Amino acid sequence: MYRYDEFDRTFVAERVTQFKDQVTRRLAGDLTEDQFKPLRLMNGVYLQLHAYMLRVAIPYGTLDSAQMRRLAHVARTYDRGYGHFTTRQNIQYNWPSLEDIPAILDDLAEVEMHAIQTSGNCIRNVTADHFAGASADEIADPRPYAEILRQWSSLHPEFSFLPRKFKIAVTGAPNDRAAIQVHDIGLQVVRDEDGAIGFAVYVGGGQGRTPMIARKIRDFVPEADLLAYCEAILRVYNLYGRRDNKYKARIKILVHETGIERLKSDIEAEFERIRHGVLALPDEEVRRIETYFAPPAFETLPAHSVRLETAMKTDRALSDWVSQNTHAHRAEGYRIVTISLKPPGGIPGDASADQMDAVAAIADAYGHNEIRVSHEQNLVLPHVKLDDLPEVFAALQKAQLADANAGLVTDIIACPGMDYCALATARSIPVAQEISERFAGPQRQQDIGPLKIKISGCINACGHHHVGHIGILGVEKKGEELYQITLGGSGDEEAAIGTIIGRGFSGDRITDAVEVIVNTYLHLRKGPEETFLAAYRRVGDDPFKEALYGENAQWPWAV
Amino acid sequence: MQNIYRDGRFDPDIWTLVADDEPLPEGGHALIGKARWLEERDVLAKSRLSLGLALAAGDTLDDVVADLPRFSVIALEFPKFADGRSYSTARLLRETHGFKGELRAIGDVLIDQIPLMRRCGFDAFAISNEPTRRALEAGHFPDVPYYTQPIADRGEVPAGTRPWLRVPAAPAPPVR
Repeated sequence: MYRYDEFDRTFVAERVTQFKDQVTRRLAGDLTEDQFKPLRLMNGVYLQLHAYMLRVAIPYGTLDSAQMRRLAHVARTYDRGYGHFTTRQNIQYNWPSLEDIPAILDDLAEVEMHAIQTSGNCIRNVTADHFAGASADEIADPRPYAEILRQWSSLHPEFSFLPRKFKIAVTGAPNDRAAIQVHDIGLQVVRDEDGAIGFAVYVGGGQGRTPMIARKIRDFVPEADLLAYCEAILRVYNLYGRRDNKYKARIKILVHETGIERLKSDIEAEFERIRHGVLALPDEEVRRIETYFAPPAFETLPAHSVRLETAMKTDRALSDWVSQNTHAHRAEGYRIVTISLKPPGGIPGDASADQMDAVAAIADAYGHNEIRVSHEQNLVLPHVKLDDLPEVFAALQKAQLADANAGLVTDIIACPGMDYCALATARSIPVAQEISERFAGPQRQQDIGPLKIKISGCINACGHHHVGHIGILGVEKKGEELYQITLGGSGDEEAAIGTIIGRGFSGDRITDAVEVIVNTYLHLRKGPEETFLAAYRRVGDDPFKEALYGENAQWPWAV
Repeated sequence: MQNIYRDGRFDPDIWTLVADDEPLPEGGHALIGKARWLEERDVLAKSRLSLGLALAAGDTLDDVVADLPRFSVIALEFPKFADGRSYSTARLLRETHGFKGELRAIGDVLIDQIPLMRRCGFDAFAISNEPTRRALEAGHFPDVPYYTQPIADRGEVPAGTRPWLRVPAAPAPPVR
């Protein structure tokens, strides 16, 4: 993975010094809270319900075991012994004190980590496919491009006070695991007819209170023009994006109100002006950055592992876990492993310091020292030998990280909600906990098959409910928490915004409602191979509405 | 008269910002808005005034591009420090339209944003915020002088092997 050179090290160190000075001036009263706020946000420091929150950047979700150990150290030393992995592949600490934050930033800087631009109205941490460099369906590893974008966007002098936050995601594969169509800019690596690498560019996706799927603005931007094209988009957005209303300030609203064709002509005109300037990417530089992301030297191995298959025959838990939590790897004899951070009844995305250390040790021993954070709030070991899977599973079991539920009904995304967040209008963690307990039975989960439940505690949609197959939005109504259900959302290459199914449910009925929906699906599906999403797309809302609200509703309290 | 920070020191300001509904002075240096310039261009061009252009955040350049060489100063407004439109306008003026005169930041101009403004092409700053004035007078310039993206070839030299990295060609403004 990318290694900092002297320049990056000095850059991060200077940035920490700059922030310390800003904290000092805030405490001395030279900066008002209004003036200080965007500065601390650009360093990842939020003021939440109970305490400050620090969000640490994990660029494109890639980290090594030394960095993971340092995250554990921060959790242990400055927080309450755990951290929370987020849907933007970052980690949040919920209980640091403001005085400790400069020390935390120093500790992080020692392992090339920081909190730059994890918040604020700037270009946020660039995210990428968590299977990058390992999956079999990839055209090119998206991380070199994400790294180039990270460098270009870090403390960008022109784009540090945008109308609103700006999120970029990159996928290198046609199967989109990075949800690029719900980002401000989504980039998909493609090849043109001559085989040259470039990008299909999507603009104006986003969730929040006005969810929109991004529009494709260009089929092919040549690799060398990546930064020039992004800069053209950002400049047009910075100049013309709305600033009168923060809820209408994202680029998706500009796309919607201006129209994609008009916006495209502005962007293309700006692009033509700058494309041959200082931002043109020299080929040799892209290739050089690529070498940092070169895959490890894979051994030549048979496609099957007798050792693993023998172990799976006698160990049902291992066998379930291998079939559910490991994925096809580009190299024979290897698998990609998903480490679930979704134990039944647990808090989605939370990991204790001990668990982080355990993952680091497993990555050292069996995973080429590589770890990924997925936007689905799990961890990933991208390169594990089939032969080693029994040991990896045993070590994960010991750390209570061996739940075989990746992609299943209990693999829930949830925002922190009212338990932590100052914006939230309802709790989301307890809802996730109750649903995951209700469906905890391994057999039942497997029978239900792939199903993504996503829960947000307010309309800002940090829990991605709009793109959940079943989405749950918590709102506050007359002092009560009310949970609204959407169906049919999806964040992949066939992205869709879910449809609201009807009136909401109270906190003590939402799990029952989800169960009714799941049971309805099980009854109407053509067979186990028809997933929830496929079945929903075939039959639409009606059967689910009928089951939830109709005269013959399957539960007594529905009407 | 406000003092202007440029080249590492405060200078007395010879320019007067004239609102659109104010009468023009007889002579001297006047910064006028875009609407007035477009409306009274012919008269103004013949007057004895030295003219500068003051652009509000969000003013486009389209209809004044041909006139830019007439102005020795262009002032760009930051109505609030968090309104970043004028950063883009500054770069367009410098890099696309080759404006060589003084580019001045006016409005809510604060110490923590001045290093960003400078990189975008501003070279003069109208300061009304007291802590900002004190900090600049003390030689304080909170820049991170390691830039991970190129802006233009103005005032910055490439650093090391990565072609888009930059460091300032000259150190931050000297302490006075």
